[in-house]
Amino acid sequence: MDEQSLFLRVAEQDREIVPFFVNGRPATALSGDTVLTALLTHDHEVRLSEILEQPRAGFCLMGACQDCWIWTEDGKRVRACSTMIEPDMRLRTRSPFNGARPE
Amino acid sequence: MSSSRVVIIGAGPAGTRAAETLVAAGLKPVVVDEAPRSGGQIYRRQPPGFGRSLKKLYGFEAGKAARLHDAFDRLQDKVDYRPGTMVWGTEGHNLHLADRDGRQDVIGFDALILATGAVDRIVPFEGWTMPGVYTLGGAQIALKYQACLIGRNVALVGSGPLLYLVAYQYRRAGGNLAGIFDTTPLSRELAGLPRMAANPANTAKGLYYFAWLAAHGVPMLHDVSPLRAEGEGRVARLVLRDRAGRERTFACDAIATGYHVQSETQLADLLGCDFAFDARAGQWLPRQDEMGRSSVDGVYLAGDGASVRGADTAEATGALAALACLQDQGMPFDAAVRNQALQAMRRGSAFAAALRDAFPFPEHLYENIADTTLLCRCEEVSVGTFRATLRDKGAGEVNRAKAFCRVGMGRCQGRMCGASAARIAAQTLGVELAAVGRLRGQAPVKPLPTALQTEAGE
Repeated sequence: MDEQSLFLRVAEQDREIVPFFVNGRPATALSGDTVLTALLTHDHEVRLSEILEQPRAGFCLMGACQDCWIWTEDGKRVRACSTMIEPDMRLRTRSPFNGARPE
Repeated sequence: MSSSRVVIIGAGPAGTRAAETLVAAGLKPVVVDEAPRSGGQIYRRQPPGFGRSLKKLYGFEAGKAARLHDAFDRLQDKVDYRPGTMVWGTEGHNLHLADRDGRQDVIGFDALILATGAVDRIVPFEGWTMPGVYTLGGAQIALKYQACLIGRNVALVGSGPLLYLVAYQYRRAGGNLAGIFDTTPLSRELAGLPRMAANPANTAKGLYYFAWLAAHGVPMLHDVSPLRAEGEGRVARLVLRDRAGRERTFACDAIATGYHVQSETQLADLLGCDFAFDARAGQWLPRQDEMGRSSVDGVYLAGDGASVRGADTAEATGALAALACLQDQGMPFDAAVRNQALQAMRRGSAFAAALRDAFPFPEHLYENIADTTLLCRCEEVSVGTFRATLRDKGAGEVNRAKAFCRVGMGRCQGRMCGASAARIAAQTLGVELAAVGRLRGQAPVKPLPTALQTEAGE
């Protein structure tokens, strides 16, 4: 677990290791992790907000706030708190549209 | 009436008991639930492959959790169970469903039981959208469902029983707590104790968490006002005003915040149910009779989604809604079972009212929220912009204000900002909370899974 991670694992650490990719870089999670957990046990943000482009890391963890929608490399949108990590999932924490908005 | 189709939305305490009651009467209801497994939020089950005991997960409530899970599991082949499925819209007596993989379905109903549950109610403070700030419910899910803490040194700020329960669970799991910062004066909580004796067991548990946390040296302050979260790209400090009016700073790397929970009423709204303002809950709720009948024929309300009274009462109101449904369809039902559930519901309602009074929603905080604070985290609209919209554009109620400045228009449909928007509107306009109306639900009630070309536009 990285020092810069937000989440701290405190139990259930004997689960199977699941390799995945975040922004093209390889990373590992544990089987049964949500995408949000997989990301936040390495880092402290999962996306940028649409308007002010501020870092966000989810909020409610129960599918209500909609603040953890991220992307897969093949263009799917996933709500990180309610999507389980899968082997070789290729996630991206930046929207295809971040920085591409017309001035 | 064997051909009549009853649909239950939600598989928590209310949905489970509703399903069980219908199955006992010989019906085969459809149970649609967003979660992959039954239990709702309070008795949410950990994913397959996790090994912690029920005692570890649910503490004093382990027995209740086990009974509820078992009750649902026994129904598996007697209900048409649709886990991982969201009802995103309604059209007359049809429900629009979408599952996790984006598959769509439309199902009709003759009767519908809404057991949609509740989410945390939030009061924004400067920096509340920063990574590291979570709802109390979210902090609890991180631990219960993922065996994770939201941080290494967690500050808890808010009011209500969940504040102390989450603190207790985090400390027991080995977490370090920067402190428990309660917006309610301690005297108010103590004055509420006699009425909470309506449920001595729950009251005793609350007192136990409180005493245990105090004995373990967890810093606890009462009567505070949260001012801001500070940090570079993530939470590093919580700044608050204490009861003596001093500004105080506490180092922390995560904050869990919440003030009770609020009913999820979007589907009742889409179905055309009449709503009334519930002053104690501080929320517009669908009208219902004691059995959970809404104003719309064939639509029934149960659990915290109808009115927040906790898990025990949700089990009772789930059964009641199912019994009302049977009664309305001219089917036989056991009057003794109904009377018992009614009694449980009334006891639970009294206890819930006492809790609301002992841990009041901190209406006074809104007077001091800085204009720069974000109100709507989806559309990123500040409190100041919202206040100016109300003052300068003649928006007399929250939907009009939403049309002008987008507060509540975003993806969460006001779940996170609606309670605050209503209070700020009432204060700014100098009117009663009930007079500013409520944000209306819209289909889809939550975003639908969609695929899009990653490199679109290039």
